[in-house]
Amino acid sequence: MMRFGRSAPCARMLFGTITRNHRAQGALLLLLLLFGGVLHAQAIEPMPFANHAQELRFQRLTAQLRCPMCQNETLADSNAPIARDLRNQIFQLMQHGQSDAQIKHFLVDRYSDFVLYDPPVKPGTWLLWFGPLLILLAGGSVVFMVVRKRHRDGIAAGISTDSGPTDNGDDW
Amino acid sequence: MSRLLPLFGFLLLVTLFGFGIWWNTRHDQTAIPSPLINKPAPAFVLPELYDPAVKVSKTDLLGKPYLLNVFASWCVECGVEHPVLQVEGPTLGVQLVGYNYKDAPADAKRWLAEHGNPYHVLLADQSGDTAINFGVYGAPESFLIDARGVIRYKHIGPLTPGVIRRELKPAIAALSKEAP
Repeated sequence: MMRFGRSAPCARMLFGTITRNHRAQGALLLLLLLFGGVLHAQAIEPMPFANHAQELRFQRLTAQLRCPMCQNETLADSNAPIARDLRNQIFQLMQHGQSDAQIKHFLVDRYSDFVLYDPPVKPGTWLLWFGPLLILLAGGSVVFMVVRKRHRDGIAAGISTDSGPTDNGDDW
Repeated sequence: MSRLLPLFGFLLLVTLFGFGIWWNTRHDQTAIPSPLINKPAPAFVLPELYDPAVKVSKTDLLGKPYLLNVFASWCVECGVEHPVLQVEGPTLGVQLVGYNYKDAPADAKRWLAEHGNPYHVLLADQSGDTAINFGVYGAPESFLIDARGVIRYKHIGPLTPGVIRRELKPAIAALSKEAP
């Protein structure tokens, strides 16, 4: 409900620029829509990286982090003002020689585990990590019990699978 | 009994589904629980909005609890929150500190002149760098900070009369109880 109220232009920023541009007529609009992704990528300002390796590291790191405002976007993708600020912050921390782990720690200290796409294993996330295994075990044991019960019922009724010739030569 | 088993399974799924819907309408899905609650507020030094030569630091505000309200002139929901702060602010019993977030000072001053100024102190964070240390990711946000400078409560999104009655006032009451 408050998503729209809390002011942060996510994807809306792109559409805002389209609607504001009154000269954008049919073909141009189509072009914009077609290359919207390109436009979006360019909205993220270039940064003075020391070298290409650092740039790659920056891209990899920001793609692992979630924008707190537009929660379905990574910090690398998001156009929200806070994502831009956090990218700048990460860039600065990198220039100060901080490791990826230190930078993640910096962000988690301020924005909690929400900023991590990969949730850490800790008591609060045990259900998240091991819940599927529990469900698998529960389902497996139900199947096991049903199969064993049917097998036993089958024996009790005298229709055991290996009693008497069942091959009447019809197959194959 | 075993014939009813699929029905029970179905009902279980319906219950889970219903709970999901109920839960998602009940809480603000965009609100991230702050890891800073009950931790010391980050140190800051920020210029005063009306007199940028005056720098306000965290230590300047120690000694009395205060409500740090993050707002901006570009923030739509702040316009919704503002009248509530005007009315409820004086009844809170704590200082209201305005935290002007990523705003041009001229815009902020115009906005306050237009809508009224409920704040006792006004800080200007034009770059938004200090706000990152507070875990701010939009506006409005409000922090209740106690006399020792510890963040005791945070609200993300506009303060409404309901939120003030249900959450903020009890949190302030808890502070005044423990004060010597």
